[in-house]
Amino acid sequence: MALAFDEYGRPFIILREQDQKTRLKGIDAQKANIAAGKAVARILRSSLGPKGMDKMLQGPDGDVTITNDGATILEQMDVDNQIAKLMVELSRSQDYEIGDGTTGVVVVAGALLEQAERQLDRGIHPIRIAEGYEMASRVAVEHLERISQKFEFDADNFESLVQTCMTTLSSKIVNRCKRSLAEIAVKAVLAVADLERKDVNLDLIKVEGKVGGKLEDTELIYGILVDKDMSHPQMPKQIADANIAILTCPFEPPKPKTKHKVDIDTVEKFETLRKQEQQYFDEMVQKCKDVGATLVICQWGFDDEANHLLMHRNLPAVRWVGGVELELIAIATGGRIVPRFQELTPEKLGKAGLVREKSFGTTKERMLYIEHCANSKAVTIFIRGGNKMMIEETKRSIHDALCVARNLIRSNSIVYGGGAAEIACSLAVDAAADKYPGVEQYAIRAFAEALDSVPMALAENSGLQPIETLSAVKSQQIKENIPFYGIDCNDVGTNDMREQNVFETLIGKQQQILLATQVVKMILKIDDVISPSEF
Amino acid sequence: IDKIFKDDAMEEKGERARMASFIGAMAVADLVKSTLGPKGMDKILQSTGRGHSVTVTNDGATILKSLHIDNPAAKVLVDISKVQDDEVGDGTTSVVVLAGELLREAEKLVASKIHPMTIIAGYRMAAECARDALLKRVIDNKENPEKFRSDLLKIAMTTLCSKILSQDKEHFAEMAVDAVFRLKGSTNLEAIQIIKKPGGSLRDSFLDEGFILDKKIGLGQPKRIENAKILVANTAMDTDKVKIYGARVRVDSMTKVAEIEGAEKEKMKDKVNKILAHGINCFVNRQLIYNFPEELFADAGVLAIEHADFEGIERLGLVTGGEIASTFDNPESVKLGHCKLIEEIMIGEDKLIHFSGVEMGQACSIVLRGASHHVLDEAERSLHDALCVLSQTVNDSRVLLGGGWPEMVMAKEVDELARKTAGKKSHAIEAFSRALVAIPTTISDNAGLDSAELVAQLRAEHHNEGCNAGIDVISGAVGDMEERGIYEAFKVKQAVLLSATEAAEMILRVDEIITCAPRRREDRM
Repeated sequence: MALAFDEYGRPFIILREQDQKTRLKGIDAQKANIAAGKAVARILRSSLGPKGMDKMLQGPDGDVTITNDGATILEQMDVDNQIAKLMVELSRSQDYEIGDGTTGVVVVAGALLEQAERQLDRGIHPIRIAEGYEMASRVAVEHLERISQKFEFDADNFESLVQTCMTTLSSKIVNRCKRSLAEIAVKAVLAVADLERKDVNLDLIKVEGKVGGKLEDTELIYGILVDKDMSHPQMPKQIADANIAILTCPFEPPKPKTKHKVDIDTVEKFETLRKQEQQYFDEMVQKCKDVGATLVICQWGFDDEANHLLMHRNLPAVRWVGGVELELIAIATGGRIVPRFQELTPEKLGKAGLVREKSFGTTKERMLYIEHCANSKAVTIFIRGGNKMMIEETKRSIHDALCVARNLIRSNSIVYGGGAAEIACSLAVDAAADKYPGVEQYAIRAFAEALDSVPMALAENSGLQPIETLSAVKSQQIKENIPFYGIDCNDVGTNDMREQNVFETLIGKQQQILLATQVVKMILKIDDVISPSEF
Repeated sequence: IDKIFKDDAMEEKGERARMASFIGAMAVADLVKSTLGPKGMDKILQSTGRGHSVTVTNDGATILKSLHIDNPAAKVLVDISKVQDDEVGDGTTSVVVLAGELLREAEKLVASKIHPMTIIAGYRMAAECARDALLKRVIDNKENPEKFRSDLLKIAMTTLCSKILSQDKEHFAEMAVDAVFRLKGSTNLEAIQIIKKPGGSLRDSFLDEGFILDKKIGLGQPKRIENAKILVANTAMDTDKVKIYGARVRVDSMTKVAEIEGAEKEKMKDKVNKILAHGINCFVNRQLIYNFPEELFADAGVLAIEHADFEGIERLGLVTGGEIASTFDNPESVKLGHCKLIEEIMIGEDKLIHFSGVEMGQACSIVLRGASHHVLDEAERSLHDALCVLSQTVNDSRVLLGGGWPEMVMAKEVDELARKTAGKKSHAIEAFSRALVAIPTTISDNAGLDSAELVAQLRAEHHNEGCNAGIDVISGAVGDMEERGIYEAFKVKQAVLLSATEAAEMILRVDEIITCAPRRREDRM
């Protein structure tokens, strides 16, 4: 096959060393790819929804992660198959773009692939299927736009935001205290949000975790939390109205970058050098004191002598603070990061109402709270929990909730969750299918059927009869022409998602459908897989 | 082509995954089960490292920390016991045993076709209810210092009675309570120094009000100083290097070397003089003191102690009220430490330096004596547990009775809740109460008693409102815990309950285990 002949009848090789490569062609290639994609989707399917199960992942170094977050599961499971990697990418891009719905996007893609396989068996050409999917996705996205609702909130009235975040958190292990966590997430986002420009910089929200305590102890700090303590054990543990000098230069003698040598050959030189050194330390501390700083935060270490001088002059200091934290402190306190002592001026100092050190548990663990900052634009969410895995999972859940809140501030349209949006789309797509002449009609219908898989999986995971429940909800939606009916996962007794307060963001849902369609189209277009064989 | 994982990766699904995690977790729980309670047995741990060092212990956290576990669910349990150790210090075994029992019950429920999510919902309700039950019955004696002290003493004794120190528990409990009271509410256990000296018997251990530094006094220096003024320092007393980068000595003749050496000596002498200008008679440095400055100090009649470790220095600063100094230019403003008496004392055949009559009474030292290093190590761990619990109790003064009493109280309430709850959840709630009862059962089993009989008796007793019955392992019968003085800290019990439930919930939620291919190590030939 890979052997061709030129006009003189001589063979020439198109594919080098083809006997060492495995090759799949045509319909086989598509079938194999679809099977791989489906396998990935099948793993995630049981994690969907509020009653979804968790996965336990053991990393290459024996570390254990327990999670429910689609993106994390896929990232950690270390897949080898090319198509499976595509699915991992898919979930990751949903994570980057929206931050939530990472499981849903993979489930939708898996369902689309499954339907495509059926169409392939009927003999429809993959490109026609891909085109049909494309048209269908457009219909679905438009329909979502139509059924979406705006909802109003402002800085004081954020109940609706909290409700949406709670929908996100309800599928995680932290759902025990989803109310308080959702409130924390919303307050954090509102604190840093620019409501005029409708933008939120999530970098300003730091999520910090510490093992111990209860999940309920998780708190929002209007300020910065630094996992460091004062450089000298006898420095004051609490400073009110601190003026903070933020330094990136070490409290050490200067180290010129050019190569140089200071030769000591006489006693006098030795003496002068010694004096200079002492003076140098003195000057550094004096400089900080002169500009009126009451706290020094330094990226580098201090010499013992400098440390004592600081302590002696009653100037508390923190050393070895990381670059990111330093930046956040600078933003929060309105200070400037100063790279040299000479450039230290009173205007460049940051201001904070209260800086305090707090210790935890029986071990010697301390953290530094910097609160009541001049510019309260930086906040910290401090997570406590029973063990390390719990904290990590809570961090991921909070991240999702933060992203949802941010998306809502960007655009305040929502659709209803619990599979309601998918069912509504499925109905719309199904109705639209009849308008298209040609083979694509079948692909569009297949798309509609694939969308049903999300509510189906939700029902299945919640222990309901999937087909029965889905058809009941579907007929209810058609009968009353209201797109708010979804799957009642929590066994509340009503299918009306408005009553259950289950919302999702419009852009999140739209993105899910678009991304999944794109990836599926890409997979369908592959008709030849060449891979080096195992050796 | 179904293969999507790397070669060595493994995937376990559904029932198999659940079984793997149940079995792993239960195996770990069973491992430490036999150490629970006053008659629990110890374990010998032999390290695989060089020397095959041996540890004999009864402490759950210590045992689990040294295990090499491959089962991911078992790792979750090891983790919670570690956290329990960090947070409250005691109950490290109980938390693992309870989590194991919860999973054992859950396994039965899963086998009878109840969805894990339903079990979790039931467990949550039960845990909440159990906590409320405990809260209703707590005893708080914060107002009454004398009673509070006796409560603490009883808690310490309860904690210690399951350890190696049980023979002398009154002695050690007194010691621990005294030490914790000196902290005045802070949880910083750093201020309590534990010194281990082999020799003598455990009964010879004592609490010292002052501070003991495991160092020797320099030659020719006074061995006893009254009304000492102490300068605590962290400074180089070997050769004080020039710190300016790139500086180096370059000379062209021997005489110049001598000159520079002279200058260096001069510099050191200057420093010593500056230190002496503080008007001190004791100088403690974290770093080495070379012979030359030591000699200078001896000449001036100052006691110089070198190479005290960092914690020792911090503690000394804390005790004597002096600041840790590194520069000596302003003698008038440096805060010096004070103590009434410094003397050299002998414990066993080691000489130690003893600071007594210190200004701030916060810190103190406990000197442990015992037959061997293993005994001492275990004694230290036990004492540490007791100190942790006590210091936490000082802050949260609520206490409970012990001896299986809290478990029975919780089980009773939870049982009641199960009866009131409709739906499948009630099975899970019932299972929760069975898991709680498993703890007194294990305690009496470990003591070689007839657990079925005792627990049944206990349950009957608890049917009466406001009963104080628990299992007294020493006499082997059900008795009034208040009379016997068996108390436990509320904070410990609460932490055990909540983290065990959390861990069980976490393991229950798993329906798939994916194990990545182990990272290949480069073979270093």
